[in-house]
Amino acid sequence: WSLTSNAEQAAKEAEQLYNLPPFGNVSLLHITDCHAQLRPIYFREPQVNLGVGSMAGQVPHLVGEHFLKHYGIPRGSIEAHAFTYLDFVEKAKLYGKVGGFAHLRTLVKRLKASRPGALLLDGGDTWQGSGLSLWTNAQDMVDACKLLGVDVMTLHWEATFGAERVKEVEAKDFAGQIDIVAQNVHTTDFEDPVFKPYVIKNINGVPVAIVGQAFPYTPVANPRWLVPEWSYGIKDQQLQAAVDQARAEGAQVVVVLSHNGMDVDLKMASRVTGVDVIFGGHTHDGVYQPVVVENAGGKTLVTNAGSNGKFLGVMDLDVKNGKIQGYRYRLIPIFANLLPADPEMEAYIAKVRAPYESKLAEPLAVAEGLLYRRGNFNGTWDQVICDALIAVRGADIAFSPGFRWGTTILPGQTITMEHLLDQTAITYPWSTLTEMTGAQIKNVLEDVADNLFNPDPYYQQGGDMVRVGGLKYAIDPNAPMGQRIQEMTLNGKPLDPNKKYKVAGWAPVAEESREAGPPVWEIVAEYLRAQKTVRIKELNVPRIIGMEGNPGLGL
Amino acid sequence: MAGPMRIRAQVNGDEVNVRALMAHPMETGFRKDSSGNPIPAHYITEVIASVNGKTVLTAEWSGAISTNPYFEFDVKAKKGDKITLKWIDNKGESKEETVEVK
Amino acid sequence: VHAARQMENAFQAKKLEEALQALGAANAAESGDVVLTAPDIAENGAVVPMEIESKLPNTEAIALFIEKNPNPLAAVFHLTPDALPRVKTRVKMGQSSDVVAVVKAGGKYYMTKKEVKVTLGGCGG
Ligand SMILES: [Mn+2]
Ligand SMILES: [Mn+2]
Repeated sequence: WSLTSNAEQAAKEAEQLYNLPPFGNVSLLHITDCHAQLRPIYFREPQVNLGVGSMAGQVPHLVGEHFLKHYGIPRGSIEAHAFTYLDFVEKAKLYGKVGGFAHLRTLVKRLKASRPGALLLDGGDTWQGSGLSLWTNAQDMVDACKLLGVDVMTLHWEATFGAERVKEVEAKDFAGQIDIVAQNVHTTDFEDPVFKPYVIKNINGVPVAIVGQAFPYTPVANPRWLVPEWSYGIKDQQLQAAVDQARAEGAQVVVVLSHNGMDVDLKMASRVTGVDVIFGGHTHDGVYQPVVVENAGGKTLVTNAGSNGKFLGVMDLDVKNGKIQGYRYRLIPIFANLLPADPEMEAYIAKVRAPYESKLAEPLAVAEGLLYRRGNFNGTWDQVICDALIAVRGADIAFSPGFRWGTTILPGQTITMEHLLDQTAITYPWSTLTEMTGAQIKNVLEDVADNLFNPDPYYQQGGDMVRVGGLKYAIDPNAPMGQRIQEMTLNGKPLDPNKKYKVAGWAPVAEESREAGPPVWEIVAEYLRAQKTVRIKELNVPRIIGMEGNPGLGL
Repeated sequence: MAGPMRIRAQVNGDEVNVRALMAHPMETGFRKDSSGNPIPAHYITEVIASVNGKTVLTAEWSGAISTNPYFEFDVKAKKGDKITLKWIDNKGESKEETVEVK
Repeated sequence: VHAARQMENAFQAKKLEEALQALGAANAAESGDVVLTAPDIAENGAVVPMEIESKLPNTEAIALFIEKNPNPLAAVFHLTPDALPRVKTRVKMGQSSDVVAVVKAGGKYYMTKKEVKVTLGGCGG
């Protein structure tokens, strides 16, 4: 059981991943939520992804062993590593980094060669998530997507570069090459459409409609002032109208390129008829096989293709006599060591990084343990951010948003400025320091908890629970709104609803908080440089009530 | 204060879809200014829609209607008809605008 | 042409029940023929779109209530047979609340309701 034979075994196993015989006559490739990760990274899947109500124990709320059991994936296999958090450090050392646009392009080119006419769909959250994309105003990703061969995309975080920037890219960079589709974005005055609702593409003689569904709660989850004249929403009825219209125009296949999040997509699939496939994103769930949803008009397949450039979804459809006769789907993990880099993309990435390389490479500290973000309640990376906010800002309590993007760092790895920006690079990065009463703090936690655990997914916003430093609490996800958060204590004492506490945070969505304090990466960088070695004293996670045996809870 | 009214009237068979944006602060009377003094209520209380001078729909509003109100409705009308919207607010101010259905 | 304000008492009511009573709609029957379209989560509590459509014959009036607003009654629309029974506007909501739409048709009252959530925002995937 030497490391060499282990690695050889890994290589063999991994090569099988990329040997995908073609099927049918219409192929759609899907990437989503790469969060501007142009180069290979580590990314650990969540250990906690709870489903409540009718979603309990259902895909995508399965983690670890429960995930493997559901899909029949052997523990210890390369797929087990790609899709779960199990044995993460050991397997990450064995299989190496994931994603990277140069490696992705190699696979896309291979698949397009074996599947003539295949389209590449991009579900959004593509432009944001790295220091490089922030500094280039997303131009790095815009050009990378053109080189990768994206055909159609929809949006979420793209909007945080501002409405004008999105429209500029659509009109100039993407013209004649990439269509932006979003049936659910309208102007705030007369509700005129802002984007094309759908496009119809001819694939080997089959008209295929791709309807866009942008993230419905963009002006809630992100600052509204960045898109003041755009209104979003779920808009089932308009979606139905768009699907019907596309069918009337002759589309034989209708797919929705969605940034709703998996639970919202599953509900939408049960209500809207005439959709063959929903290609979903936003909740970053690596869904191994599509969920088949029955509705009044037939069946809809719902997929979700993970995040951070880690996966490529491949949907092969056999369309005959104007109908889909069968399908094959694979969500393929991209292992950088097992797919050669595409030289053209590699050269492009090197070129676009060059002016920023030294800033990105600045070493800040060494990670003693694993640093990750993903999970419903807290990640070790967020703990570092909370610890830094408390230490540097002199706060009692820290809040860090429950973002689902952010790369992973292995024990012993040097944390660079690039890694820190992978967790924090947004266009509203300001830190805040406010006085809040205990009652206001409870209110914030209840509000976010309902966005995560409302039993009706249309009332959820995606994302994870706000990360909390200092304050301890318990949470009952099944309780009604306003009653989930319990046992709040600070330094062993119950939180006083009337007392004021100093609360540090970052990423304020209110326009009044623009420039409130220095960007959060300055604060965390200062903390990391002083620490030299980053040690997590305690991962502050709440006591979870009533979730024993929930397969969304890994041990 | 009372800015222009923007109206769109679109024929759809034997119906006309009317969409209007009115410029009005719609102060509820519940808000306070920065020095803590109550801001007096100032909002549209009535909207009257008519086709060729004949009233077809009237609305009574509270201050809960958003600032710069949006109002959409459908009436039985045709190309060439004149659609008029008039609002009156709690201070007795009013505004009227007419569009011809094209 | 000037319609006098008829519903002043209902607009002054501070509780939903009182406002419904003042309108004469206290016993409105829940009906699937009253269709209220509103967002599940308001993207801006100051501007929440509300569309009410009545599928009932002889619809005379449509009223809209935001239960948790200081004065729940937001609007009343009086229709003549030349207006179709569908109206759309945008309202202010200070907090998460049930929204109630009432339709008067053939002298009787019908209603439906929907929860609209107003959140603090932030976070996301
Ligand atoms: Mn997203
Ligand atoms: Mn995302």
